[in-house]
Amino acid sequence: MSVDKDTVNKIARLSRIAISDAEADKMVGELNGILAWVEQLGEVDVTGVEPMTAVIPNKLRLRDDVVTDGDVREKVLANAPAREGSFFGVPKVIE
Amino acid sequence: MTDFSRMGVAAIRDGVAKGEFKAVEVAEALNTRVANAKALNAFIVETPETALEAAAAVDADRAAGKPLGKMAGVPIGMKDLFCTEGVQTTAASHILEGFVPTYESTVSANLWKAGAGMLGKLNLDQFAMGSSNETSYFGNVISPWRRNDGGNAALAPGGSSGGSSSAIAARLCPAATGTDTGGSIRQPAAFTGISGIKPTYGRCSRWGIVAFASSLDQAGPMARDVRDCAIMLEAMAGFDPKDSTSLDLPVPAWESGLNSDLKGKRIGIPREYRLDGIDEDIAAMWDNGIAWLKDAGADVVDISLPHTKYALPAYYIIAPAEASSNLARYDGVRFGLRDLPDGSGLQDMYAATRAAGFGAEVRRRIMIGTYVLSAGFYDAYYTQAQKVRALIARDFEQAWASCDLILAPTAPSAAFGLGEKTSDPLSMYLNDVFAVPASLAGLPAMSVPGGLSKDGLPLGLQIIGKALDEQAVLNAGLAIEERSGFTAEAGEWW
Repeated sequence: MSVDKDTVNKIARLSRIAISDAEADKMVGELNGILAWVEQLGEVDVTGVEPMTAVIPNKLRLRDDVVTDGDVREKVLANAPAREGSFFGVPKVIE
Repeated sequence: MTDFSRMGVAAIRDGVAKGEFKAVEVAEALNTRVANAKALNAFIVETPETALEAAAAVDADRAAGKPLGKMAGVPIGMKDLFCTEGVQTTAASHILEGFVPTYESTVSANLWKAGAGMLGKLNLDQFAMGSSNETSYFGNVISPWRRNDGGNAALAPGGSSGGSSSAIAARLCPAATGTDTGGSIRQPAAFTGISGIKPTYGRCSRWGIVAFASSLDQAGPMARDVRDCAIMLEAMAGFDPKDSTSLDLPVPAWESGLNSDLKGKRIGIPREYRLDGIDEDIAAMWDNGIAWLKDAGADVVDISLPHTKYALPAYYIIAPAEASSNLARYDGVRFGLRDLPDGSGLQDMYAATRAAGFGAEVRRRIMIGTYVLSAGFYDAYYTQAQKVRALIARDFEQAWASCDLILAPTAPSAAFGLGEKTSDPLSMYLNDVFAVPASLAGLPAMSVPGGLSKDGLPLGLQIIGKALDEQAVLNAGLAIEERSGFTAEAGEWW
């Protein structure tokens, strides 16, 4: 499988990364180089093999259903690039 | 006067405990060395006051007769991937520039509880993506090592923990934290003639570490010898309910368990790692390593890890896939950089912020990850890679039937020059060929110095162990250390 410029632009959109026309052109070659190389995984016989889900056997714990944190609004907002009062400011979404 | 820069973790800890010198004296001496080594660009932020405060607290505890921790009085470097409360944490990315965590990572908190102090935050490859420390927004880290050809070519300290390796090799700090996703502790350790261990996945909590690929990321210590790694790993490790993959197991006493007598141990030599055209220096070092382990009493056996050649391509699907998901959080809303072009809406803000904030390698990996997870390609790429990963783990499981440990080179070459591999992402990725399989299988693996190349640069030997058997890995590392006679160090040109 290989990607063309339209696909690169689509991937960039899905990734929420703005790219210029020149960057998209360059990325076509880079991504195709990497994809051609990972393609060799197709030669491996994986009949009957389950995809790995955990490297070290470990069971997911359930913790007690109690409140363990909270009341940290100032900490949560401390690094906001555009704080508005006690909210995260964002550009207008609804016209 | 005592030269504290020549002391390791154990020597500083023991000297402070015995009252031979004060922790504050050590912190002062190393603060000065850090301040005078700007040419290496190993630190993004220096925190001399923090180091002094921690040291003063240890001195006060000792004076008051209180028990001292495992790392009491030892100043260390903290890779800038660990969130440190009140101290900027960037993952070497512009998108996190100015981010000051309001919380402390579990691993760093464990170290401070053990009495260690922080000299500063160490440079790294951006989001730990890289093998040469050339993807940092804050500039390349320079290795203190130079080739013996009389030239002054700037060499890579390895990556992603390149600030850590450079600082330890330059004796700015006795030890530092590293993180290893596909070799990021072991390869930089090999390039700079120091030791480093990635423990079993789950030993060290990931909580508060900036995430790259969560099923692979694992923290570990880097230091100048095996004992120091054992001490620091004990301080870092431990169950943490805040990390869902943390192992709920007691931390073994690795330091007191050190024993370089390897009688009865079987060392596997994987034939697939002996690549066609293997570097002569690397092959010779590997043969020396085999001889040293035999001398320590071990039996050496030939083993096969048949899926080795597929480890790197599997890694370069799985790691970017997880990264694309983990790095979705950088949206310009809650923390970090925001780029809001005039008149633009929310979607444009996301795209502009991420384009401005992420470096080229990070953008490349996010896009690969997005592609391999996208509709129509998920099974062909991601599911296939996770199946191959299961086979790689099974290779190791089958190998343990005939051996207890595996010995291999850490990297296929000595350190390369800065700029030599940046034009071709694939050639950079191939540098992790020997390191990635153990990461995919979650196994403990260590690099220790194995000798010098013809150019006078350090080479590393890698020991891979069974899950949870860090002790055997450390013991084999110690056996090599006792026999390799590796005393070379970088000349102080900076």
